[in-house]
Amino acid sequence: MRSAHKFKVYDFTDTVVSDPQSPARDQVVAEIVQRLEPFRVDSRPVLGSTVITKDLNIDSLAVMDMVMELEDRFDISIPLNDVAEIHTVDELADAVLRKVEGR
Amino acid sequence: MGIFDRYRHLLDARQAMRESGADPLVTMERVVSPTEAIIAGRKTLLVGTHNYFGLTFDESCIAAAIAATRAEGTGTTGSRMANGSYAEHAALEAELADFYGMKHCMVTTTGYQANLGIISTLVGEGDYLVIDADSHASIYDACKQTQATVIRFRHNDPASLEARLRRLKDEPGNKLVVVEGIYSMLGDTAPLREFVDITKRYGGYILVDEAHSMGAMGAHCRGLVEHVGVLDQVDFVVGTFSKTLGAIGGFCTSNLEGFEVLRVATRAYMFTASLPPSIVASVRAALRIVRRDGAKLQARLWENVATLYDGLTEAGFRLGPERSPVIAVLLPDQMTAVGVWNALLEAGIYVNLAVPPATPGGLCLLRCSISAAHSRGQLQHMVDTLTGIGRRFGLLSTERKRAVASAR
Repeated sequence: MRSAHKFKVYDFTDTVVSDPQSPARDQVVAEIVQRLEPFRVDSRPVLGSTVITKDLNIDSLAVMDMVMELEDRFDISIPLNDVAEIHTVDELADAVLRKVEGR
Repeated sequence: MGIFDRYRHLLDARQAMRESGADPLVTMERVVSPTEAIIAGRKTLLVGTHNYFGLTFDESCIAAAIAATRAEGTGTTGSRMANGSYAEHAALEAELADFYGMKHCMVTTTGYQANLGIISTLVGEGDYLVIDADSHASIYDACKQTQATVIRFRHNDPASLEARLRRLKDEPGNKLVVVEGIYSMLGDTAPLREFVDITKRYGGYILVDEAHSMGAMGAHCRGLVEHVGVLDQVDFVVGTFSKTLGAIGGFCTSNLEGFEVLRVATRAYMFTASLPPSIVASVRAALRIVRRDGAKLQARLWENVATLYDGLTEAGFRLGPERSPVIAVLLPDQMTAVGVWNALLEAGIYVNLAVPPATPGGLCLLRCSISAAHSRGQLQHMVDTLTGIGRRFGLLSTERKRAVASAR
């Protein structure tokens, strides 16, 4: 028993999007919103303008884990250094799309 | 806004714990041995001190520290760059390098500074620092200090590391991969051979933090790198004196040519007073013990690990994934974790309480660390006591036992 936890620690998704080469912006936003749903406060929906660490009940570790999932989903690198500059869902979607284009 | 207001949430969290009857910031009124202290007027068994070989009260270490204080004073009052480099610091570095079979070694004043200073200095602008998601705070703080680009990979997942290095393969700049031997929260070990293979395949450098695995692992106590046979393939080994070696301080050892330049580039090394003579002397004495009696102490440590790990498993507790000198008892939520931790303390047993955000995956756990100095009786007493508390909290019902068994 070496590499994997016996219990479930992270909830990662390993499936690949239909067209990870050039995802539409809506698709990227939808992917992000879906991952942020569990952290919603009250019944307020997660929108493009949602400020991730302020409007949601999510800590910085969970944000970093979500970014790690997006990296694998779209086969890109989003450095931690960039995550500090990202505040809203829209900004995160833009960052993903920029990386996809620069790939 | 007041200058402390940004930390309001921390105060609130501590207050909430106090209201539930526990304050995890414990004061050791008097430590009487590697395994016992007086806490709140009560004699308490210590099962959360990272004192893996129990050397804090070793007579030869104590004598060496006293003699060094008499000979050279209580402190160096200066950094290694100025007046704080004594012959003993150089001797300790030479002995550590020899212990690992490396050419170079640099000693820092704390283990935290070894990671902070050395990792943040090894990589700079245009380079990539690739770290395990469950890395220790000292590694995360190095990420904040370096100009390098920082990428995380999934904890202990070679495929995740490979995917990240593959994405970076056409980028110029050095890539430094940082992993730990034993992870301090769950006590799990890294799949190090795979990590080394992947890192080398992509032309990267690899640094292994053996803070919790020095002593505990390897035929000559040199850690996971020795245990899995990659000591000659890793680029840097970082370690600490505050666990198996029973004092305080840190080090980094390497075979890479040019390593010595770090002495004039690592700010956490250059601008801190060096270790006092007493510490250097006790660490040198402790290292001699590890070299002489390490196999015996390591065997005793693992016997003790088995007593607690197997005893608690048998009782129906959920534990970290493998037998380890760090044994994590997983509890369902923070309220329960605080309650069980407090009940254990009131019953005269101290362990570490670990709750989010310090833990991975939002886990709440009691973090026990085992020492070669524990007696089997002490650890059996802990199994019995915690089992009683676990029953009281409804954690060990037969249904749960069955659930755990079927999950295996």
